Amino acid sequence: MTTSSHSEVTTVTSGPEPEVTVVMRSKSLRRRVARAVRPTLAMAPFVIYTFLGLGIPTIAVINLAFRSESGKLSTSNLHLISQGIYRLGFENSIKLALITSIIPGIVGVILAYTIQTSRSSLFRRLVATASGVLANFGGVNLTFMFIATLGSTGVLTVWLNVIKLNPWHYGFNLYSFYGVAFVYMYFQIPLMVLIITPALAGLRQSWREAASNMGASNLRYWRHVGIPVLLPSVLGAMLLLFGSAFAAYATAESLTTGIIALAPIQIGVVLNGNVVAGQTHVGYAIAFGMLIILTVTMVLYGLVRRRASKWLR
Amino acid sequence: MASVSGPLGGLAFEEAIPDILGEAPTPRRRRRLRFRPWRVIIMTLAGAYFLLPIYGGLKFSLEDLNGRFSFEAIQNLPSAPGFSDAFWLSMRLALATLVVSTLLMVPTTIYVHLRLPRMRRVMEFVTILPIVIPPIVIIAGVLPAAPLWAKSSPYLLSFLYVILVMPFIYRSLDAGLSAIDLKTLVEASRSLGGNWLRTMTSVILPNLRSALLSAMVLTLALVLGEFTMASLDLWTTIPVWITQFNTSSNGHIQVAASMLGLVGTWVFLTIIVSIDRSESRRSRRKAGTL
Repeated sequence: MTTSSHSEVTTVTSGPEPEVTVVMRSKSLRRRVARAVRPTLAMAPFVIYTFLGLGIPTIAVINLAFRSESGKLSTSNLHLISQGIYRLGFENSIKLALITSIIPGIVGVILAYTIQTSRSSLFRRLVATASGVLANFGGVNLTFMFIATLGSTGVLTVWLNVIKLNPWHYGFNLYSFYGVAFVYMYFQIPLMVLIITPALAGLRQSWREAASNMGASNLRYWRHVGIPVLLPSVLGAMLLLFGSAFAAYATAESLTTGIIALAPIQIGVVLNGNVVAGQTHVGYAIAFGMLIILTVTMVLYGLVRRRASKWLR
Repeated sequence: MASVSGPLGGLAFEEAIPDILGEAPTPRRRRRLRFRPWRVIIMTLAGAYFLLPIYGGLKFSLEDLNGRFSFEAIQNLPSAPGFSDAFWLSMRLALATLVVSTLLMVPTTIYVHLRLPRMRRVMEFVTILPIVIPPIVIIAGVLPAAPLWAKSSPYLLSFLYVILVMPFIYRSLDAGLSAIDLKTLVEASRSLGGNWLRTMTSVILPNLRSALLSAMVLTLALVLGEFTMASLDLWTTIPVWITQFNTSSNGHIQVAASMLGLVGTWVFLTIIVSIDRSESRRSRRKAGTL
């Protein structure tokens, strides 16, 4: 926009006075060069930074995943992760990510709907802020909060012990696979609430009125209007949740000190040097495998989102 | 429509009435009369799940080894071996991340909004990448690729944290810039004779204050809690220190340290939000009297 108005100004001023035209032209040439160069210069820091911090590490991971220890091209690392303990790591990670995306997905939608239809706007704002904080609240702090609450001497455990309901006596173990899943919900549910609330707000009141005018019950409204319209958004949000749980490292690592086989934890183990000699590159292969799974997740998300935007904007 | 006369028909009729009445001239009173047990149940369960761990963490931090109320754990925290080193390291990294990410993202985002609106889609794509590529993969790629001089400095972590916070900063700034008429503001400032620096400092940045502040709080929270990269790059920041702390001496100290991070973030958030609100109220009042 500004570009065209600039050149107009130049032609208008250079028009009536022929002697000045040459000067103006060289000036405008310089300006044109500057105008062409300036965007490149302005974007350069950002582009260089992201290339160094994101591009090079990704390229390094992919490159090293396909190289044997001696530096030769090989698929031995990929072969290694397709079996045994590393395969189990991927299976566990996918299982964990599925559990902690489907359950928090459903709970999150119900919770978001409850909040959305609440009358108190203060409450709604409070929950929105809390979701924003909690959705980004993973890792070590979360781990120790849960240890203090549901660890073997945690506050809630002690309470429940008094009424003879100590969960540890009923097979619960915070430091196990399902313990990790239980803790993950603490940031997955708020994340779902955060993502799905705009979609719920997009459900128009008029659709509901139209449905009830035609005699549809609440149930029928949800079955034929609400759920079909929301489903792509909910699936999309669950895909994001899947990615978030699949990639998480800090919470699982600090909770279980790395004893359960999950793909991200195995990368950490290999990077720390706890690996059979000759297999040091297996960590990059796992990282590469994670990248592939996450890329597929994101492509699916893109497709689902396109479908979702048909009815909801 | 035929199926309405089935067993669902009666349900439809009964259910439809409150909805129709709900849109009557006095919907508020009508609705308040309806008791909704499922709402109470859902909110109670959710409240228990989200508040109990916070309560548990706080209570555990404020107990001595015998389970009595005391500030012992918090008092012993600063003198716990290694804590102050970890604390200052985390602070330095946080400060460096804040400065670099602001200097990098603010001018770039403003420039894109002003001059290269076509690039907004590209920026959106690039800044979502750090969410897609997990920190564990990034650090796995950085460790073999980074030169030795970079790996021997803790600020390599700050360099990477800038990448991690990019999605949050960009989204926050993007929303802030979309909310104002940036072009008009800049043109007004320029035609009044303001140079670029002045336009930035006294026209654009004041308008972006709340967007910037919320981005900064998120940055701080993320950097002070980051564990994955720091532990694998072998730097003892606060979260790494917490996990390495010898539990046999006093487990309450660990919990106290992790709760301090949470409480600190919330206090900081509240202070910033309230400053921001009172500032904007003052400026609105000033604008009103003019």
